[in-house]
Amino acid sequence: MIKVRNMTVAYSGQPIFTNLSIAFEPGKITGIIGPNGAGKSTMIKGILGLIHKQSGDVTLHSKPVAKQLKNVAYVEQRAALDLTFPINVFDTVLTGTYPNLGLFKIPSEKDKSAARQALADVNLSEFSQRQIGELSGGQLQRVFVARAIVQEADVIILDEPFVGIDMKSEAEIMSILKRWQMAGKTIIVVHHDLNKVTKYFDDLVIINRGIVAAGKTADVFTKENITTAFSGDLSTILFSDKEPEHA
Amino acid sequence: MRSIGLFIDGLMQYNFLQTALITSILVGIMSGIIGSFIILRGMSLMGDAISHAVLPGVAVAYMLGINILLGASLFGILAALLIGLVTLKSKLKNDTAIGIVFSAFFALGFILISLAESATNLHHILFGNVLAVSDNDLITTAIVLAIVLIFVVVFYKELLITSFDNTFAQAYGLKTQLMHYALMLVLTLVTVTALQTVGIILIVAMLITPAATAYLLTNRLSHMMIVAAIFSVVSSVIGLYMSYTFNWASGPAIVLTAAVFFSLAFLFSPKQGIIFKKKIN
Repeated sequence: MIKVRNMTVAYSGQPIFTNLSIAFEPGKITGIIGPNGAGKSTMIKGILGLIHKQSGDVTLHSKPVAKQLKNVAYVEQRAALDLTFPINVFDTVLTGTYPNLGLFKIPSEKDKSAARQALADVNLSEFSQRQIGELSGGQLQRVFVARAIVQEADVIILDEPFVGIDMKSEAEIMSILKRWQMAGKTIIVVHHDLNKVTKYFDDLVIINRGIVAAGKTADVFTKENITTAFSGDLSTILFSDKEPEHA
Repeated sequence: MRSIGLFIDGLMQYNFLQTALITSILVGIMSGIIGSFIILRGMSLMGDAISHAVLPGVAVAYMLGINILLGASLFGILAALLIGLVTLKSKLKNDTAIGIVFSAFFALGFILISLAESATNLHHILFGNVLAVSDNDLITTAIVLAIVLIFVVVFYKELLITSFDNTFAQAYGLKTQLMHYALMLVLTLVTVTALQTVGIILIVAMLITPAATAYLLTNRLSHMMIVAAIFSVVSSVIGLYMSYTFNWASGPAIVLTAAVFFSLAFLFSPKQGIIFKKKIN
């Protein structure tokens, strides 16, 4: 279980959130939703120690996460990468073995076969030798999910994995997430599309510069909470067809 | 063709020419390899900056009679740290910080060199004079090449991942800042040795032109480094030949040769050349 306690992050004096506390449970896919600028990515980066925290601590299995970062796989937003880098699909997946190799060691034959297997898991075996810039957005996202498979971490954090990708890729990534869930891993997904929230996530965290609500998706994904975090208009559209069920 | 024969005769005959040839080859290899990382990390300007910033270190080394590598590394790393500091602690963007720091260092070096003029020749430091390389310089160059090769072999995986996906490297706990400064230190060593063949002002060309040529022709980092080193060596040897034959300064001769290779790759590269692209379209 990942536990965040009293985390405060500020950019040039402006707090994004103050004393944020939350826990993510193993064996569950937890979604994080919130409007633009709510601090979703900031929260993830705070957990991973990628940005400076004014206060707070993050633990995994009751020990500081900073000491076991290789046990957390991070699939960042695709836009951040240089896609013209001279590297092919296979070697990109193979970098997933780096966290566990440590210094001075190079990937073994066993690591390479793990990378091949991960590529097969996301149905990209035939693209193994392609330069990464030659892939579509969805294929590329699957490559980074394959890299996370290879890392064999207990926690997997994905930042907006479904943005701008095709349906087939989305379904394949979702099936990998389910597989991780079955294996008892902790999966955290920053998500944008409110329509699929109930279908995808066991637990849900709604944030807007702080936690609006957190818990089982069925309990948390309500008109009230969406109104608080986003806007009344949005929740009216989103929940309009569901009104009869509630009645 | 006759001039090539003369060049080869000269090589057989003159020790200084042999030393120059070997130095050019060694410097070519190391600048191609380190240059590959410089351009992949989008640090061409930083490479230019560090190469200029070692000048005061060269001057101080001459004045105190200490090893030139020591003086230069000290100032190279100092410049890298200052650039990092200004970027981190002010609202200025990285390229501005680089511009301020390296021009200040270069200016300081210029003054220090003129103070120490009796022992050194500013023109040679600025534009290189490979024909005047001593046997001692050659040994230093060989040591630096060994350091570069060991560095790249031992930290290949870390260099690859911090160049390709720095956030991922940070997220699994790699000390990416330490990698950055280690690379800057190696870069200053390369700079000091390349100073002999092409001079301070044109070092950046040796770092980025062959690497950029290789970038257009390859799809894998390891291949890119090898191809960059080859272009760099071939340019150095051809440049040296021109320098010997036509009595041109070695630096500009080498750099122009490298630029010709780049132009050819730019036009005709099968994957990214503009001529080929037009045909497809």
